[in-house]
Amino acid sequence: MAVSPAVARRRPGRLGPSGPQRSPARRRARAGEQFTGWGFVTPGVAVILLFGAVPIVWSAIMSFQQDNLLTGNTPFVGLRNYRQMVHDPVVASAIGHTLTYTALFVPGTMIVGLFLAVAMNRKIRFISFYRTAAYATMAISTISEALVFIWLFDPSYGIVNYALHLVGIPQQQFLNSPTEALFVIVIMTIWGWTGFAVVIYLAALQGVPAGLIEAAAIDGAGPWRTFRKVTLPLLSPASLFLAVWLTINALQLFDEVYLSTQGGPLHATTVLVYYLYYEAFQTFQFGYASAIAYFLFVIIIVVTVIQFRVGRRFTYYRS
Amino acid sequence: MTATTMVRPRSRLRLPFSPWHLVLVPAAVVLLFPFAWLLLTSLETSSEALHFPPLLTPHVLKLSNYPAAWNSAPFGRFFINSAVVAVTTVLSNLVLCSLAGYAFARLRFLGRGLLFATIMATLMVPFQVTMIPQFIITKWLGVHVLAGVGINHIGALILPNAATAFGVFFLRQFFRTLPLEYEESARVDGASRLKVLWHIVLPLSAPALATLAALTFIDSWNSFLWPLIAVDSTNQMTLPLGLATFQGAHSTEWPLLMAANMMSLTPMLVIFFVAQRYFVRSVAATGLAGT
Repeated sequence: MAVSPAVARRRPGRLGPSGPQRSPARRRARAGEQFTGWGFVTPGVAVILLFGAVPIVWSAIMSFQQDNLLTGNTPFVGLRNYRQMVHDPVVASAIGHTLTYTALFVPGTMIVGLFLAVAMNRKIRFISFYRTAAYATMAISTISEALVFIWLFDPSYGIVNYALHLVGIPQQQFLNSPTEALFVIVIMTIWGWTGFAVVIYLAALQGVPAGLIEAAAIDGAGPWRTFRKVTLPLLSPASLFLAVWLTINALQLFDEVYLSTQGGPLHATTVLVYYLYYEAFQTFQFGYASAIAYFLFVIIIVVTVIQFRVGRRFTYYRS
Repeated sequence: MTATTMVRPRSRLRLPFSPWHLVLVPAAVVLLFPFAWLLLTSLETSSEALHFPPLLTPHVLKLSNYPAAWNSAPFGRFFINSAVVAVTTVLSNLVLCSLAGYAFARLRFLGRGLLFATIMATLMVPFQVTMIPQFIITKWLGVHVLAGVGINHIGALILPNAATAFGVFFLRQFFRTLPLEYEESARVDGASRLKVLWHIVLPLSAPALATLAALTFIDSWNSFLWPLIAVDSTNQMTLPLGLATFQGAHSTEWPLLMAANMMSLTPMLVIFFVAQRYFVRSVAATGLAGT
């Protein structure tokens, strides 16, 4: 990037005069600032580098190795792990499950969140009770959430099957069914993320100026038209944020799968992170698992970039 | 708009309450039903839980499921472990990220730009990419450096998260919005950087520190994948991992499982209700910052 010298020299955080005629005292202060600066950042940065930055490089190297914790041998094998991944049918189906899950979970959560936030964005009686009911889903861990939903969707004794029975639908196998299990996981995770989506949308709705809504009403727009043409565009930055944030989390789905189905039945809920965990910590194929991890990273980057590109066209920033 | 339309008599039925209640009551029922069913099942006998059609009212409230669950796995231990890990992680993040964030915001030192860029790069990488080397490093540290505080010790759940790239970045951004004047006059009066940070910058940053604390606490308390990898003895487990292990051992004893689940989620639910305002504001802040 071409930066003019004048701009490049202008640095933030500098107090007082600068340039060649700096006094010795000032130079001593500068040296002291070097010392203080490094002293302040060292403990925190050491942790982040050791557990964040070093592993990024290390796992990249590992993805080119036949790394096996059990034997201790780590010969370089070039692209073999990546070739194996391309031909692994479980990886192919895991990509499919991960993307299907994401495509259902992200819009589902956003629609539920938007609908509830709009309904809750008014001063009526019991409103804080309603809001708390939504927020409470944020306080519950993924494991507690999955455990409740396994019980609700139990094929033999679950209340959901009973409710279906009441309206004449036959007993479903839910988490035991290869065709239904992933959808049950979609439902439980939408429930778990509802509070988050409501908080984000409510905060954004409260930033919508009441004057604009009134102006639209005076111009003769009905409530639905006002919502579509005024409110929704003003919420678009929040929508883009939610879409990106939920997608990143959806592509990393693991906890609910681990607790409810362990990737089954018949690999029907084997998502990428579950398979990666299985390869790394059940069969100890660190090299192969690292290759899958990097592949997941690439998917996340590509999807996020696409979302920002497409999202920017539909996003309206007031400032 | 003409006057006649404005005084037009209302032919529609007027509800004595806002029509939005008609939407919000069912919504609240759906949102709260899992909690209610969880509580109800935790008070039933096994035969009641396995009754079909499900019983909406148990015949007797079997409170003894709770002591039974409490005695069949060390839930007290899980709770203490979770609390120790979460509180220590929050405190160390507040200290280390404040120091580093302040230095990145205000001090000039060699390598600042490069270090900060490196930290920002780690923010984008998902945990799954780093978890295998993180496991190996933690294991190695426990064996060779930290005398046992490694894999299979709750220290392994604290150390890798003792400072986070998000925390450093978040506080640096906040510190940069503070006016320089107070700091400058304190410096002129001879205060050290540490004094300036402690007496001037941090008191002005209370909302940002509270947000970082709330987000770090939730993350730590609910964390599952890393504890699953890093810990396998029961007495080092946190609540989510302990609960998952308990489920593996009692997978069909629903009243016992739901009693255990109820005990596991109640502490966080209580903390959440008490500090709801803080949690909600913190989550909203990440959203508004992201938009």
